[in-house]
Amino acid sequence: MLMILVAKRILIAAFTLLLVSFVIFAITSLLPGDAAQELLGQSATPEIVAELREQLGLNQPAHIRYLNWLGGLLTGDPGTSMVSNMPVKDIIGERLPKSLILAGLTAAVSVPLALLIGILSAMYRDSRLDRALNVVTLSMIAVPEFLVATIAVIVFAVQLRWLPSITIVSPDASFGELARAYALPVMTLCFVVVAQMARMTRAAVINQLDSSYVEMAILKGARPTRIALQHALPNAIGPIVNAIALSLSYLLGGAIIVETIFNYPGVASLMVNAVTSRDMPLLQACAMIFSGAYLLMVLIADIVAIISNPKLRHQ
Amino acid sequence: MTRIQGSGWVGLLLVLMWLLVALFGPMLAHYEVGAIVAPDVFERMGGAHFLGSDYLGRDVLSRLMNGARFTVGLSFGAALLASASGASLALFSAISGRWIDETVSRLMDALISIPGKILALVIVAAFGSSMLLLLLIAAISYMPGAFRIARSLAVNLNQMDYVQVARARGEGRVHIAIFEILPNMIHPLLADFGLRFVFVVLLLSGLSFLGLGVQPPDADLGSLVRENISGLSEAAPAIIAPAMAIATLTIGVNLLIDSLASGGRSVTDEAQR
Repeated sequence: MLMILVAKRILIAAFTLLLVSFVIFAITSLLPGDAAQELLGQSATPEIVAELREQLGLNQPAHIRYLNWLGGLLTGDPGTSMVSNMPVKDIIGERLPKSLILAGLTAAVSVPLALLIGILSAMYRDSRLDRALNVVTLSMIAVPEFLVATIAVIVFAVQLRWLPSITIVSPDASFGELARAYALPVMTLCFVVVAQMARMTRAAVINQLDSSYVEMAILKGARPTRIALQHALPNAIGPIVNAIALSLSYLLGGAIIVETIFNYPGVASLMVNAVTSRDMPLLQACAMIFSGAYLLMVLIADIVAIISNPKLRHQ
Repeated sequence: MTRIQGSGWVGLLLVLMWLLVALFGPMLAHYEVGAIVAPDVFERMGGAHFLGSDYLGRDVLSRLMNGARFTVGLSFGAALLASASGASLALFSAISGRWIDETVSRLMDALISIPGKILALVIVAAFGSSMLLLLLIAAISYMPGAFRIARSLAVNLNQMDYVQVARARGEGRVHIAIFEILPNMIHPLLADFGLRFVFVVLLLSGLSFLGLGVQPPDADLGSLVRENISGLSEAAPAIIAPAMAIATLTIGVNLLIDSLASGGRSVTDEAQR
């Protein structure tokens, strides 16, 4: 039964990704102008435009172009960049690892911090600490990333001169240099994610603390720390992992601003460049990567929720 | 009605302040928006210009008051459109047959799987960015979330006894949707509307910050941060002030909703993207 539920989730996710690809392709192909004309400018002769149109496959009907593009995506060849004339695969292949490093570092910092805040405020629910943390995390969620980034730059790069304001990573940098280079972008990304994750963790733990087995533990006289760590936490792990996966998916939006501000050569800043230069094949591929990553996070969250819930397991 | 308490008052105060600035700001501004009035660029706070001057020597406070109108106005319109269309579609979907409901829900699931900023970037790349388009982009990006919440409310209410009674009485579907279900959804939908507003403010100012949102000569709060980015190295108030303005607006709305919603956190934490 469990396997069927999980398989069903994966199928739904795959189907949703297909729909997403359709939506993205539809929006980018409904262009009022003509991509070939756009590329060559107004001064191009009609013959040259027609030739490029042929070369780009723009003469084919939309559904054929969609199927070609989809087939290309599935076989790992999302087309050629209109601006740099390089395969999209190569451009993204160079940028993707850098974005993944940034995301990995952010996760490594934010997860422990968020768990600590979330569990603490759940254990001392409705105390002054909890209420203060509520207001703080609520405010952190509402702060735009560029405010966090600008203030961080002003404090740490301009005033204190501790950290560089632009992230340049050379291949032979020492660990100390790397840490300094990544400090500001990771700090900015963590800011929003930690708040989100801590709130969801708190909700997950409180959900367990409200259950009758915890009441039983209280009645038999167990100490609060023991109740939280030994009784509630093991049962809350499923919902907490769920919360972590969902929160990490919010990284995607933040990455766009953060990579741009710190001039970080990742996929998100690549996508912003693709928008400015209207490089559609590159843009479509980037949009698919982000949507795919988001769906993957949600899928992991869903599957963890299924696996960790005995009620769902034996239905 | 629930009682506003503690941080909720701070939120209410901030929201009222920004509403007043958005409504009357341009009238209160001392200087013309585009006028170069200061002898120096990136002046400090105080003196003739309360928030200093920007990268061209324009008065930051005057530009801020004008920018707030764009940010608040556009976001309010987009959030209203997102909530209203999401709720209408949800009502329609809930009272229609199973097939329509399934189809609409799946489509919304697909839309919600494209992170808001990504969808916005794709649309801007395809169609450019005018005010109307920005409003539509923000509305489309956050409509599926509104739909999801409104639909789950509507489906639950649809099972209620008084709705069954109305159905037995022979009322039409539209009558039931508008007069029986809708009035009971309004309260949670209002809280959700506040959240949508916060998302839209963050989305639109993020786009403007990237140079893809409100285009010059107009400027919303996000554009103000962007155009003064060269003042970052001297910590000019011209860059801090508009960024703080956005933050106080969104924090204010968040605090207000959090204290209004009696269910508390569940509403605020739902469907953040």
